[in-house]
This record gives sequence, structure tokens and C-alpha cells, in this order.
Amino acid sequence: MGCTRFGEHWDRGLDDLIVDACKDAFDSAGVAKDDVDAYWLGTAQSGMSGITLARPLQLVNKPVTRVENYCTTGSEALRAAAYAVASGAYDIAMAVGAEKVKDSGYQGLNAMPVPGDGTARTLTAAAMFSMVAPAYAAKYGVSEDEMSSVLAAIAVKNHYNGARNPRAQFRKEITAETVMKSPRVAGRLGVFDCAGVADGAAAAIVVRAEDAHRYADKPLYIKALSFAAGSGSGLIDPDYDYTHFPECEAAAADAYAQAGITNPRAELAMAEVHDCFTPTELVLMEDLGFAARGTAWKEELAGTFRLDGELPVNPDGGLKSFGHPVGASGLRMVFECWLQLRGEAPPERQITSDRRLALTHNLGGYPGEMVSFVSVLGV
Amino acid sequence: MRGIVRFAGYLPYRRLDRAAIPGLLGSGGGRGTRAVASHDEDTTTMGVEALRAALGPGLAERVGSLWFATASPAYLDKTNAVALAAASGLPFSIGAYDVGGSLRSGVGALLACLAGSGHLSAVVMADMRDGLPAGTDESAGGDAAAAFLVGEDGPDTPVVAGYLGGASVSEEFLDRWRAPGERRSRTWEERFGETRYLDLGHDAWEKALAATGICAGDVTRVAVTGMHARAVSGLTRKLGVAPEAIADDLCSTVGQAGCAHPGLVLASMLEGASPGDTVALVHLADGADVLFFRVTAAIGEATPPRRLDASPSAPVPYGKYLAWRGMITTEPPRRPEPARVSSSAAWRSNGWKYGFTGSQDRSSEAVHLPPARVSMRGGAFDDMVEAPRASVQGTIVTFTIDRLAYSPSPPIVFAVVDFDGGGRFPLELTDCDEADVAIGGRVEMTFRRLFTADGIHDYFWKARLLRSGVVDPPRSIGGPR
Repeated sequence: MGCTRFGEHWDRGLDDLIVDACKDAFDSAGVAKDDVDAYWLGTAQSGMSGITLARPLQLVNKPVTRVENYCTTGSEALRAAAYAVASGAYDIAMAVGAEKVKDSGYQGLNAMPVPGDGTARTLTAAAMFSMVAPAYAAKYGVSEDEMSSVLAAIAVKNHYNGARNPRAQFRKEITAETVMKSPRVAGRLGVFDCAGVADGAAAAIVVRAEDAHRYADKPLYIKALSFAAGSGSGLIDPDYDYTHFPECEAAAADAYAQAGITNPRAELAMAEVHDCFTPTELVLMEDLGFAARGTAWKEELAGTFRLDGELPVNPDGGLKSFGHPVGASGLRMVFECWLQLRGEAPPERQITSDRRLALTHNLGGYPGEMVSFVSVLGV
Repeated sequence: MRGIVRFAGYLPYRRLDRAAIPGLLGSGGGRGTRAVASHDEDTTTMGVEALRAALGPGLAERVGSLWFATASPAYLDKTNAVALAAASGLPFSIGAYDVGGSLRSGVGALLACLAGSGHLSAVVMADMRDGLPAGTDESAGGDAAAAFLVGEDGPDTPVVAGYLGGASVSEEFLDRWRAPGERRSRTWEERFGETRYLDLGHDAWEKALAATGICAGDVTRVAVTGMHARAVSGLTRKLGVAPEAIADDLCSTVGQAGCAHPGLVLASMLEGASPGDTVALVHLADGADVLFFRVTAAIGEATPPRRLDASPSAPVPYGKYLAWRGMITTEPPRRPEPARVSSSAAWRSNGWKYGFTGSQDRSSEAVHLPPARVSMRGGAFDDMVEAPRASVQGTIVTFTIDRLAYSPSPPIVFAVVDFDGGGRFPLELTDCDEADVAIGGRVEMTFRRLFTADGIHDYFWKARLLRSGVVDPPRSIGGPR
């Protein structure tokens, strides 16, 4: 695998990020670019078609495909590559995720406009996710102050982890006070409740499990790949209450069935989850089965998901502190599992656990209208 | 007898305190307030408000023609009346026409429909009055709309104000003018116009009395409207009517709403009228028009859902008013501006975009906003009926304030709304301040202009908080095609 530093790469274009991540991945597997039979590039808005990858890598007449699936784009590239080798059509496939978001001249993420009738909402993702916190608090009787502390604890935890990650966009620990006093972006969410917006790329060489030992002494095995696209009906369904993400529950249940996991909290060594905003991570702890409904807020305060907790969540800093180059994030999560499960994470954040499974969770869209991906990886 | 069957006036929510003007500029202003259209309103959306209020249950599909008068059209070349028809649920098989440009066009459209015959005609007048900062037109002007359904007396369409007749005179002279594209009007020396209008108004008044056989002393309600304030007050004193018959011309609270003002004041007079009243309207614009009406016993049934004197309102700071009118440029959100609306995509979704009509699955009864072909419950294909929600109230389930998203006037207040009778849709709230919004709050729908890109206005619906003075609005029948 390979992964660039995530951040504001003013001096590097998309091609540079792709070449950097791919070079590391080629080197780590000991393969040349022409050895790879097929390529999948995940990029949400930095380029179109497989040429976006074929040109910088100078791939000649290879099957190169660009995929897009909101913020799960990088995971989608991995899924395609994995199923491609599993099918027997190819022996070696490569999944690349890359995004250059900081050339737009705007803060935050901006989707490419599709011609429309002008009736679609124009809210930011922050505003859509900001509706989760008050709904959760009201349903489970969490006071406004308690909720602020919980959300701040999530941000503090992920910045603590990111501070121990040389590839992370934000490498500074923060205090709860900093989170709570940050300027409001949407609803009660402040700047420090939001993920970093970053450029970056990550890549993985994928082969069939039986071939893996030929390319790596310690390969990372894919135990489950699950993907769920919601119907979008949560936005218009009066039964939806903004306190859970059904697409994530479905993807998790499928992934656990594939991997034979019955108690994720007890069986997983770690999890990388899509903490685009602090309330998202809170709800995901319940959707992924790490905490019972209505209890994740207590678990966050108790430190269950800290680096030294019972189940470390986002040990690399997560979207919050590692940054979120849309198309790269899904593969970045896998990269952290690659480091942690193989004992190659920096000592200051290496998880010492005898558990051998890790989970990545990647979502795209908004509450009510979401795509969700879950993988289980193991050594 | 032909006359007015239904009527309604519309005032936007915001009021500018005229005293705030010299506070910023050191001059200008005056006493009282003026009505201010929100940043998401124009003459078309205000016209929709008035027309929807005037359309009673079942009346939308009875309307045979629509006449929209404004001196501040949202579009030239393109007919604005068609958007009003679409957003008000008027049938496909009508003519919809703009009556354009001048301050006399509103009263002219009303007179033309009163003089006509046959089908029910809808007359809508709307105007937004501008002037340069600190000028008289800025503080004296106002934004408003009024709508009238005009037709023959019938069992389902009783006339509430029968037209008794009147008189018009026209004379070519220059008092007030504005070149196309200009924001400010210009006027000739005040005394010349005053002299002409006093003569013209008096002449038309006498002719109208003679034509109808009405004595001035029998008039129970009268108002003179026009942009020339001295002529208006001078003529009012010379009409020979009883002092108590002189109606409030709304200039001190609403301002002079130009082309729409005669309609607005007529609607205001009718709101307070009793059966048997003789109501007179005099409008001074490049001549004079006098109209006499006799109020009938049906007046009680035609009271609009929101009386003008009960219109909810809240202040707008003068700086915000200037920004909304494009007189000052404020820093926009640092987000990309929205792309222009696709004409063909908008046309395909006319029923949704203009009619706010979703669909309801027949087997599961699940309501889909916007309309869908496949049900979210049960998965039935193409088994939906129309689910109109433009006239349906709703409840705020949750809400947020988006400080980052693009808006012509940030921040965006956004709410998830559950509609009475089924259906949920996330919507922008308008005419509200952040502190007004709460979970459980009740809302109604309002047709607004979201933004303008490449000269194309993006019209769609927003929600606004139900405020006092509002009763259930009439349901319009027959969504737009």
C-alpha cells in the first residue's frame, strides 16, 4: 500500500499525489506498473475517466476505470479491484484513491453541478449532519452541555491520534474548550466539529489471498466488503428521526456476516470510521454495533474509543485530523489497518492488542440519503 | 351584475422604519414605515401570494384569464403572469398576460376586466418601489401586491363589490418617468404635476358621479392613490365626501406601492366594508381613473385569509434593505454561486417546482416529495396520485442554521417539515430570524425566488412560520399541468 501525507498540497497537483501514492504501493508489493492487470481510480471530483490515472502513470492500453460514489469513492475502487481478482479475470489489480480539493478556491467540498430544475436543497454537509446532534440529544435525554462535551471529546480524541501521525493534516492536540468555542458553521457545529479538507492519495495492490504471500511477507487479508446505497427516502420519510444511519447499519450487518463477527466490540482490534463531523462518529458507534443504542455518548466520555481504550476508533486521527481528500479517504482507512495490524504504525500510536481484525467504515451523502461501505480486514 | 368576486392584498413581512434612513445617511427618511419585499421576493412571488389568498376553494379552475400588472417585472419579454398561474394552480387552458410598465397598468387591467364579460378573470397587481438612498421615492415607496377575481354574479361566485361604473381621462404631460433599466424615477417640478392632477382628478370624479348618478355625499369609503403625494391629498380634500369616508391610504405604514397601490387600497377598503357601502377608488397616473363599487351581502364570505391590517411584520435594518435592493454590495458567502436552472428540467417538473405537488402511493399511502414513480414503501411502480402540498400546513421536526451555504442573504435557516396529512420535505425557512425557530413550530408554504443566475430566476417554495392573523388558507384545486 501507499499513502501520501494529507493536507493543503499547494505545491502538488493531482498527478503528483497519484504518482507518490502509487510509487509507494508498487515498491511495497515489489511489482512494476506493467505487472498490474487492471486499475481502478476513485476520485469524486478531480478528474473524469480512467485517463486521469493512465496519463500520470503512463499506463498503455491497460483497463483503467474511474469510479465515483460520493465520499466512499476510495472504498469503491478497492471493492472493484478485490472482486476483479476474486473473479479470476485478473491476477493483480490496483485500487487508487486521489483527490485535489484545494484548487477550487473555496473552503469545504463542492460538488460538480448537474443541470437541474433548481429545487434541490443547497445546504452544506455540515448543516445536514448538524441536525443529528439535537435529535440524538432529545431522544436519549442528553443535555445540551453534555452533548457539547461528548462532541468535543470525539474531536479531542481524533486530534490526539492525528498528532501522532506524520501523514495527518492536523498534527496538534486540541482541548475541549477549543472545540466548544470554535466559530459556528451550522447549527451547533463549529469549525472544530468538522473534518479537515485536504488533498491526498492512497493506493493498494490487490491480489487473491492465495497469491498474497508472493508480494508481501505480512499481507492484509480482506475478510468482508459490504456496500449499501440508501434509497434517499430518509429525507422524505416521516419515520426517519436523524439519530441513526440505516445504510451504515445494513452495511455493518452484512460485513459482520461475511467475516463471521458476532461481537464487533470484542473482536475488532480497531476501527476507522467516517467521522466527517463529530455527531457522525457518535451515531456510528451505535450503527456499527460498538455501543448499544443511546449509550455511545457515555462511551465516548468514558474513553472506550481512545487509543488506549477498549476499542480504538480512528487511531490515525480520522477524517477529523488526518483530513478528507474525498476519493482517497476510503483507502487511507485501509492503510491505517495495514500499518496497525502488521505492527508498522509509529510506536506512539501502535495499538497493542492480540486481536487480528480491523474495520473500515466509509460513508457518503447525508443523513437520510447516504451510501455506506464497511470492510473487515485481518492478518 | 359584474364586479369583484374575491380579493386579497399581500404585504411582505419586513418593514423599514423611515427614521433609520437619516441615522445612516444624515438625511432623507421621514415618519412611519414602508413595506419591504424580502431578498427572495419579487413582483411575481408577491403576486402569487395575493392571488393564492384571493382564490377560494374551487375557484382556481374557474378562472378563465389572468392579467398581471407591474412596473417592476421580474422578466421582460417572458410573461410573468404564466409563473403566477403555475404557482397558483390556475388551469392550463387560460390566457395569462402581463400588463406592463406604467403606474397606471394595474388599475387599467382591473377596469378592462370589469368592462369585460363572460368568464372569471384574475387581476393581479404587484410592485416594488425603489429610489436612490435618502430620496423621497425610497422612503415613500412600498412593496405590495393585490389580486381580484372579477366576474358575473353567480351562485358559486357571488359578487362582493358590484361595479357601478366610473370615468377615465387621459392627458399627455410629463410628471414622472423612468427609462427602461433605470432604478430611479425622475420627476418634473412638483407644482406643475399637482396642478394637472388636481384638474384631471376633479374632472374624472365629476364625470364618474354623473355617469353613475351617485352623489359624493353618499360615498361611504373613498381613497385617492397616485405617486404625486400633494395631488393625492389635495384632491382628497376636494371630493366633497364626508370626512369619515376617507380611507387610510396605507402610505404611512406600507408606503406607496406604485402600480399595485390602487389595488392594495381597494382591497383594504373592502376588508373593512359592510353590505351596502359605496366604495370609490381614484387613481392619478397620466390622467385619472375613478371606479365606484357597491358592496353586497356576500362580502362577509370573501374575507381573505389574512387581513391587511393583521399582516404579521418585523423590522428590517436599513443596511439590510439596501443590500437586498442591490444598493450596497455585501460580502457573499465564500461558496460557489449556484448554477443556472435548466429550462427543460424545470419544465418537466412544473407540477413540483411551481405547484409543490408531490405524489402519493395508492397502496401504501406514502407521500413522496418530490413526486416519484416507485414507492419508498412496498415498491409499487407507477401507482401514484397527486399530493398537492402548497396549501397544506406543516410542523418543524428539526432545523439548523447553515452559515456556510450560498444564499443571497445568509445564513440559511433550514427545517425538516412534516406536512399535515402526510409527507416530509426539508425546506428553507423564510421571513424569520434565527431566534423565532423551534422544533414543533407550525409553518405554511410560500412561493419564493431562491436565486438568480445567468438572468434566470429560480422560483421554488419555502416555508414560513405561521403567525397570528392567519387562518387556514383556501385550498386551490387543480394543480398546474
